[in-house]
Amino acid sequence: MVKVTFIHPDGRQEQHEGSDGQSVMRVATSNLVDGIIGECGGDLSCATCHVFVDEVSWRTLPPKTPEEDDMLAVTAVEPTEFSRLCCQIKCSESLDGIVVHIPKAQR
Amino acid sequence: MSSEDIVIIGAGQAGGELAAALRSLGYDGRLTLVGNEASYPYARPPLSKAYLLGKCSAEELLIRAPAMYDQQNINVRMNTAARSIDRKAKTVTLSNGEVLSYSKLVIATGGRPRQLPVRELSGAANVFYVRTRADIDRMRPYFAPGARLAIIGGGFIGLEVASVARQLGLDVTLLESQQRLLARATCPLVSEFFRRIHHEEGVDVRLQTSVQSYLVGQSGNVETLVSDGGEHIRVDIVLVGIGLVPNSELAEAAGLEVENGIVVDECLRTSDPAIYAIGDVARFPDAGNGALRRIESVPNATEQARTVAETLLGRPRPYISLPWFWSDQYDVKLQIVGLSDEHDQVVLRGDLTNGRKFAIYYLRNGVVSAADIVGSPQDFAVARKLVAAAAVVDPVILADTRITPRDLSRMVAAVA
Repeated sequence: MVKVTFIHPDGRQEQHEGSDGQSVMRVATSNLVDGIIGECGGDLSCATCHVFVDEVSWRTLPPKTPEEDDMLAVTAVEPTEFSRLCCQIKCSESLDGIVVHIPKAQR
Repeated sequence: MSSEDIVIIGAGQAGGELAAALRSLGYDGRLTLVGNEASYPYARPPLSKAYLLGKCSAEELLIRAPAMYDQQNINVRMNTAARSIDRKAKTVTLSNGEVLSYSKLVIATGGRPRQLPVRELSGAANVFYVRTRADIDRMRPYFAPGARLAIIGGGFIGLEVASVARQLGLDVTLLESQQRLLARATCPLVSEFFRRIHHEEGVDVRLQTSVQSYLVGQSGNVETLVSDGGEHIRVDIVLVGIGLVPNSELAEAAGLEVENGIVVDECLRTSDPAIYAIGDVARFPDAGNGALRRIESVPNATEQARTVAETLLGRPRPYISLPWFWSDQYDVKLQIVGLSDEHDQVVLRGDLTNGRKFAIYYLRNGVVSAADIVGSPQDFAVARKLVAAAAVVDPVILADTRITPRDLSRMVAAVA
């Protein structure tokens, strides 16, 4: 199991466990984490699972695809260099302890 | 403890989202989710895309981990249909004989594929429709390289399946009785673009072509289609994608107002104040002009679910939402925002006849009311802002590709 910490815009934190291969978006929706929607089901079509990855965790992530990069242009809150769509982040041992910040809005 | 008892009929995108939203909002009463499929709620859009292509597993389709339903004390009844509603007793009788009481009932039964009214097709094992995961599971073994697939209907389902089939090496013929593809969804310019793309990808697209008869072999399978032009088309597989029929019979039998869907008010309430309807099956008043409409899309289903959750918990909220849709075909992503059915001007930004990237803006009385965006999420981001703001933008500026999407966005922000 991979531990994922979600930090809400108001500073509230919650930690949940994801299974190997499960996306961080599914970890969020399965645990009713507020502020992560994932409307298109991971199809890279809605940009409603936008997160800001913690700087330390960022270094452990595989790079974005051009398709994900394109969709980051559509997020409700302006993206930063640490922006990702968390449907594209798949849980694996190397990501254990990943921390992501939830933006104020997803649409 | 609350004495409330909420029953949701239909465990699709709308029903599943509603159950989760109610618990998220702190509802602690009884909550039952009744679905006639053998699965927890799953995402349907990938069915005709990644799932058919084999790039996504059944588990990956699940919207939430199965454990969530237990953790949140959501009673899920799978493989179970609702047979009848007794509005006086406030009970629902299920196909397994169980009788559930409700204080609030939400109908989220979605729809089913419209069937071709052809007797020969009813027993044929090689004729398919797309709505459920089971539909795709049945169909996929037939999707072998070289197999001959005929698609009846040039709507989103037909085109998405054509795209997957070509990627898997099938031989694809698509028949559309109208003059153009996607006739209900978009304007002739975009229709022509998709005809070109499918042609380039090797689909034999036949417009204004209907099937006159289906010839069935000894196996009971359809082996040949005879077109209205008299041509014989040999087939291994037939896929029919000619629209959706709302599953409103249950509501109708209960005496609720039904007319091409279950009629609801702006808070998604049916003609019975204890019963609500959401998703593909609900026909609701447009926030702008009050006209009743039914929208078949995931964003509509999930947003209605989140809206009605608030209403059910005593904070009535009207459903106001900007419709949007998407489709993936080959390397082409189409994103649509707004409803383009009432426009008086079409503005093209980009090149329709070469490449695979452009934007079409629909204007009504000078106001940007909808847009179809191909291959440019940046343009989609801008279009969404323009439509949401009911912006008035000079068509010459909209069409000028020297102005970047970001600049266009800034100009709108400055005006608004």
